[in-house]
Amino acid sequence: MKKRYSLKSLDTLPITAISFITTEGNETGEWRSQRPILDQEKCNRCGLCWMYCPDNAIHAEGGAFQISYTYCKGCGICAKECPRGAILIEKEER
Amino acid sequence: MKKVISANQAVSYAVLAAKAQVIAAYPITPQSSIVEMLSGFCATGALQAKFINVESEHSAMAACISASVMGARTFTATSSQGLALMHELLHYASGLRLPIVMANVNRALASPFNLKADLSDSLSQRDTGWLQFYCESGQEVFDTIIQSYRISEKLLLPVMVNLEGFILSHTYEIVDLPEQSQIDLFLPPAPARECLDVDNPCMFGSTTDYYINFRYKMHQDMEEAKTFCSEIDAEFKKVFGRDYGLVSTYLCEDADLILVTAGTIAGTCRVVADRCRAKGMKVGVLRVRMFRPFPGKQICEPLRKAKKVAVIDRDFSPGCGGIFAQEVKASLQGINCGLPVYEFIAGLGGKDVTDKDIELIIEQTHKMPNRGESTWIGLLK
Amino acid sequence: MDRPAQIKFPIPEEELVYSGHTACPGCGAALAMKYVLKGLGPRTIIVIPPSCMGTIAAGFPFSSLKIPVLRIPFESTAISASGIRAALDVMGKEDIHVLAWAGDGGTFDIGLQALSGSAERNDNIIYVCYDNEGYMNTGIQRSSSTPAGAWTTTTPAPFVKDTPKKDIVRIMAAHNIPYIATASIGYPADLIRKVKKAKEIGGTRFILIFSPCPTGWRYSPEMTIRLAKLGTETGIFPLYEIENGEKYTLSSKRSEKPLRDYFALQGRFRNLTKENLQQFEERVEKEREYLKRLAG
Ligand SMILES: Cc1ncc(C[n+]2csc(CCOP(=O)(O)OP(=O)(O)O)c2C)c(N)n1
Ligand code: SF4
Ligand code: SF4
Repeated sequence: MKKRYSLKSLDTLPITAISFITTEGNETGEWRSQRPILDQEKCNRCGLCWMYCPDNAIHAEGGAFQISYTYCKGCGICAKECPRGAILIEKEER
Repeated sequence: MKKVISANQAVSYAVLAAKAQVIAAYPITPQSSIVEMLSGFCATGALQAKFINVESEHSAMAACISASVMGARTFTATSSQGLALMHELLHYASGLRLPIVMANVNRALASPFNLKADLSDSLSQRDTGWLQFYCESGQEVFDTIIQSYRISEKLLLPVMVNLEGFILSHTYEIVDLPEQSQIDLFLPPAPARECLDVDNPCMFGSTTDYYINFRYKMHQDMEEAKTFCSEIDAEFKKVFGRDYGLVSTYLCEDADLILVTAGTIAGTCRVVADRCRAKGMKVGVLRVRMFRPFPGKQICEPLRKAKKVAVIDRDFSPGCGGIFAQEVKASLQGINCGLPVYEFIAGLGGKDVTDKDIELIIEQTHKMPNRGESTWIGLLK
Repeated sequence: MDRPAQIKFPIPEEELVYSGHTACPGCGAALAMKYVLKGLGPRTIIVIPPSCMGTIAAGFPFSSLKIPVLRIPFESTAISASGIRAALDVMGKEDIHVLAWAGDGGTFDIGLQALSGSAERNDNIIYVCYDNEGYMNTGIQRSSSTPAGAWTTTTPAPFVKDTPKKDIVRIMAAHNIPYIATASIGYPADLIRKVKKAKEIGGTRFILIFSPCPTGWRYSPEMTIRLAKLGTETGIFPLYEIENGEKYTLSSKRSEKPLRDYFALQGRFRNLTKENLQQFEERVEKEREYLKRLAG
């Protein structure tokens, strides 16, 4: 995305609303009221949670899946869809 | 090459000469012959453009917008109801800062139906962020469209070129169509600007609290337009030998009474001014060619030396009066000039504004006290 | 991504939606976007009208999509895509997909005229409608896609919607466009297969994606996929394809689950009467027969 713009002044703004920053800085994990916990022992690496996460908060690392709590909104879909019951939902403590 | 053509044909030839790339338009009287001719140019390959036969004017403008965000040179033409239907999108086009050029053939708005000339259609769109020109001849229409592409592609603001329905759109006159090589020199392909690009993705037009900043930028560029349009006009004269000004004045230097108007009424006013001069009455004529941005300074300059001003509007804003009159008064107020301004509404719905009507208007400015209200000319008995 | 060998389904790994987008937790529409872009790939330009997806795509200066986006007027989704295609054509750029993306409000209602225009001209665009059966972005109002018996804020209980959902697919089929498909976020592999199939065809392609909305349908967000699947399993949202307006192919099996299972999960159907349910059953049965007949 265009990096040469900034919000600093009128002159550095684009001429109209042309977005130039990705949403990756938006830590939607702060919305979470419940937290999915993945049990690597039970996980069979089928990838259903990765496929169904609406926030792309699950990714593969070294052949296993990890949940990114920076973005996970705690919807619970991954836990519901996991065929092995490997993901448990806990109350989020803050 | 000199050709006897209608002003609508002049529009089409100008778009051909400007090498528009995407044209989307929908027919409406009295604009239809523009669409027909352009679709013909595209079909035969005379113009290497995509012609989109849209299902409405709303879609015509939407297609111009998205094609323009891709960097294409775009064109549409409409009139009256069609322009009103586009209203929402006119704001999008200017807000996205797109160099779209449109011809609007002025026609009265329903209801009741009336297919003839009336400037209220385009004047209703004055706050949409489009530059607006009002033309007087087929030649001026051709030249203004060519100029408009240069203007819009520099300022990144859309331009609406207006011509009165039938009175101008369907009148055949000699129009000098310049050599393509000359046009190409004056109007090269559009300079590069920020566009949608898969190799460098970004999003155009999202929600923002910076709205006020973007509007401020638009305001700055509208202000700049006043100077830039004059520069382009001067450059145009160098190449083609013709210029028009933001306003055009006739015998205004020493005039006691100046008639202010737009479009074709100005021609009749000049004939009457000549007659008045012969009788020793010092009458001048000022035609407003550019309405947005409003060239207040250029209008007030010649007016301030006069004793009276009469504004003739082929348009009106219910509950307020003539639209040009309001803008002229506001500009005079801006320079603290207490000149009496007489307002006349004439020619609505394509009614002829004759030399007799103009003489009556002049007579009234002499006889009547200025009550600050509009006087209606030509009501049917 | 370093893909575990166990993953069986044919889903491309490249994500074209950034995390940090602002969809509600469990949003079906966000999943629809994720899958469609996986199918189309990065050489895609998208137009989005006002809708939840407009919000999800983010406000200036942010964007949650890795492809070029144009935010357009509510009525103009299809023609805006057509305009982009026209520009690409005159510029001689051919390897780019133009994606028109709108909600059911933007498709069934206010955008129908422009959509019909593009389809009639057979403009070379892919039109995706993510169907969440209401105007969610403005606060859950009724659209012509809202099913009979459903509560919305403009069909308040007990005066819930009393007319059935508009059959947009039949309307599109009547345009005889090259490709139409219904798909569901409950079946991503099938959805992506359809997107990829559409991608290989020219002309106007229309895909309707069933996209449950926890906020508007009044259910708990973890049930999104379950509900999406139930929609198809009960026969409420059958999955099929139509080629050239005449070749019908069913992609979902005969439904087995009772409609009741689907309704019971959603607060919006709390006021559903026995008659409503019966009408629903009849309609679903009729539709099933109709599709079976056409699919031969
Ligand atoms: C011309 C116009 N009318 C109304 C609106 C307000 N509006 C914005 S989004 C929306 C509803 C969108 O509904 P839908 O297309 O179903 O998408 P959803 O939000 O449900 O995802 C409405 C009514 C608008 N932006 N423009
Ligand atoms: S709870 Fe929802 S957002 Fe969080 S990882 Fe699971 S599916 Fe993704
Ligand atoms: S209201 Fe519904 S469709 Fe809109 S973002 Fe929330 S869950 Fe998604």
